[in-house]
Amino acid sequence: MTQSILTDIKKAAKKSLKAQKDVLANTEMQMEILNGEVFADGDLPYFKDKIAETGQFPLRPKKLEVLQINVGYMCNQVCGHCHVDAGPDRKEIMTRETMQQCLDVIRNTGAHTLDLTGGAPEMNPDFRWFVEEASKAGIKDFIVRSNLTIILANKKYHDLPEFFKKHNVHVVSSMPHYTRGKTDKQRGDGVFDKSIKALQMLNKIGYGMPDSDLRLDLVYNPSGAFLPTDQAAMERDFKKALKEDFDIDFHNLFAITNLPISRFLDYLIASDNYEDYMYSLVEAYNPAAVENVMCTNTISVSWDGWLYDCDFNQMLDLKVASKVKHIKDYNDEVLNNRDIIISQHCYGCTAGAGSSCQGTVA
Amino acid sequence: MAKSYYDPADLRKFGKITEWSEELGNKFFDYYGKVFEEGALSAREKSLIALAVSHVVKCPYCIDAYTKDGLQRGITKEEMMEAVHVGAAIESGATLVHGVQMMNKYDKLSM
Repeated sequence: MTQSILTDIKKAAKKSLKAQKDVLANTEMQMEILNGEVFADGDLPYFKDKIAETGQFPLRPKKLEVLQINVGYMCNQVCGHCHVDAGPDRKEIMTRETMQQCLDVIRNTGAHTLDLTGGAPEMNPDFRWFVEEASKAGIKDFIVRSNLTIILANKKYHDLPEFFKKHNVHVVSSMPHYTRGKTDKQRGDGVFDKSIKALQMLNKIGYGMPDSDLRLDLVYNPSGAFLPTDQAAMERDFKKALKEDFDIDFHNLFAITNLPISRFLDYLIASDNYEDYMYSLVEAYNPAAVENVMCTNTISVSWDGWLYDCDFNQMLDLKVASKVKHIKDYNDEVLNNRDIIISQHCYGCTAGAGSSCQGTVA
Repeated sequence: MAKSYYDPADLRKFGKITEWSEELGNKFFDYYGKVFEEGALSAREKSLIALAVSHVVKCPYCIDAYTKDGLQRGITKEEMMEAVHVGAAIESGATLVHGVQMMNKYDKLSM
């Protein structure tokens, strides 16, 4: 039974949940699941009650360090674990007008990191213009989250490594495993070989090389219903295997926990792993991770300019609890005086050594 | 009473054994935790040994736990299956080496 459901999922995985008109494309339905079941029954504590045990409720922001901008949900891949539900059929794309509003904020904010994500951010038609303009703002760390395969997807993207280098972009790329089988299962057939080729292209111009200032980091997401283990040990294994098998160098590996939302939630439910996964997350709860959880130093901006505590809250349509809700009205002071919106998905960022877009936090 | 001797959800309750014997339970879990730390053997190697032993002692809870642990550590399915074969080889070897005892006894009893 489970096997046939999984086969159906795999077949359907060419389209986003939204395009399939899946019930889980509805964020209210996702919230209902996250608030119900094992939590409503009292078997597991609500996240709010858990952080209250250590006096950490309500969760409040510290100084803004990272501005993360999602420039659109369109992607050339349809990954099984994607919390964005991104894919070729997603048409939500940031306009130049909204980008201009973002630039005004980038120039005036004290954030030291600008983090562009998607979808495949490179598919936004104004992506290069935006990078050129933003790179003039003097941000210390300018990240683009690239899925690697986009570089080989079309001729017009082949020069992306050179473009990144020209603007001193810090490239952060997903790589679920150093073996072909596991990578392709999560991200689609052929993704592994293309990713390897793209990494070699980046290495060739200096990205990821020891002592190079051209930063190339990899993101590891578990390809299934389990949590990531020790980030340093995984980094060691990745480095050894990628070097020996493909002569690839990179700087750091970020181990990121899959949060139980969107397509990953769909997978957990269909494979009958949801309850066990939530137990695993709660069991691995670490109050020290709450202290540095990324929503305390990050603001996430959606393709249409709305503001969120993090990219996950963006995908659950949970806008910031502040008078300022849109990039056009951005105000550091007002925004910083807010409570961060939390729910049970937040256990994903506080499990074990913690998890954020920059890897572990505790 | 449960209809089956084994319930996967019971694995989560393992820690509860301390409720009926706190001192011994805590000593066991302290020991257990210490055993699996990085040492002369890596935690990864220990996980594979644990997986092999889980099969030999035929403990469904342990098999669930160490298959998941292996996945978390990025251990491949090929590595996991080889570990299971190591356990199986020792177990079948342990059976077969007793064949020598049978041969000895046979010879001793035979004219």
